[in-house]
Amino acid sequence: MTTLLGVLVTSAHPTVPDVGVFAVAAAIILAGAIGVVVARNPVHSALMLVMTLFGVAVIFVLQQASFLAAVQVIVYAGAIVVLFLFVIMFLGVDRKEEVAAERLRGQGPLAVALVVLGATGLLLLGQISKWTTGQPHVAGPDSGAPNVNLIGTSLYTTYLFPFEATSALLIIAVVGAVVLARRPPASPLEADAVAEVATTDSPAPTAIADAAQDVADGSPEGENEGENEDAGVDA
Amino acid sequence: MSINASWYLSLSVVLFAIGALGVLVRRNVLIMFMCVELMLNASNLAFVTFARTLHDIGGQVLVFFVLVVAAAEVVVGLGIVVAIFRRRANTTADDLHLMKG
Repeated sequence: MTTLLGVLVTSAHPTVPDVGVFAVAAAIILAGAIGVVVARNPVHSALMLVMTLFGVAVIFVLQQASFLAAVQVIVYAGAIVVLFLFVIMFLGVDRKEEVAAERLRGQGPLAVALVVLGATGLLLLGQISKWTTGQPHVAGPDSGAPNVNLIGTSLYTTYLFPFEATSALLIIAVVGAVVLARRPPASPLEADAVAEVATTDSPAPTAIADAAQDVADGSPEGENEGENEDAGVDA
Repeated sequence: MSINASWYLSLSVVLFAIGALGVLVRRNVLIMFMCVELMLNASNLAFVTFARTLHDIGGQVLVFFVLVVAAAEVVVGLGIVVAIFRRRANTTADDLHLMKG
């Protein structure tokens, strides 16, 4: 296997298997990406996303980034997409979305034009300029040692501080998700706070009670700024 | 380097463009998140290609960090979607104008 990879790396011209694998993986990636965008059902979009992620993993293998290919499949296809599917099914939104209703005028064509312009510009830039400039070997040369060894060494020496910061980021994300997904208690504290704010505007007492009740019920009208005064006039 | 790097980078550009298009035209928040994941994958593809071309392992380490940040972003983003859904009963981006001035 290693000798095969060595032959592939040292050959100057692309071999037939290389081109074939790249073409198939690229077709899978692009078909999956288009599927994500055009699918009406979010579950179909998530499954198309899995297809794209597997294609990207194949491209990683083709570029001898074997560790990242494994992580791509495990983390993305195994964890992130499952999380997506879990939320889709949890919310019960796996129904078709109505696309015609009240979108911004001309948003679709404008978005397509902008994206095509940007992509064309980037591709043209790649044609007329050199793709790879700058200083190579910033984080140590890719000396041909096993991929995992190289990444591990670099991660625990050069990138030690970002690696530690990553752990803090993950903890913050977990705590944030728990806080966000927690069902908010209909606490008297919140209603009291709103009533306190409302007394500074000195509306009628019934208006205060109404506003507090609105907030306790969780109705969005309770956050409207002019609500208290309107209610005071009505009372 | 068996295949020219420009092929990989062109694929990355096209993948990024498709993801950006999805974020711009779709209105379902969940699908917009998936399109953001497409864009992140396009950048990962470019990172790995440059790591291979420049013989520098730093590109692959950066992809590792992008993976971690993507995981954190998805967790928090889906938490927000669930919290919004509790109040609004749909996940359409256009309807979320509570904080509009």
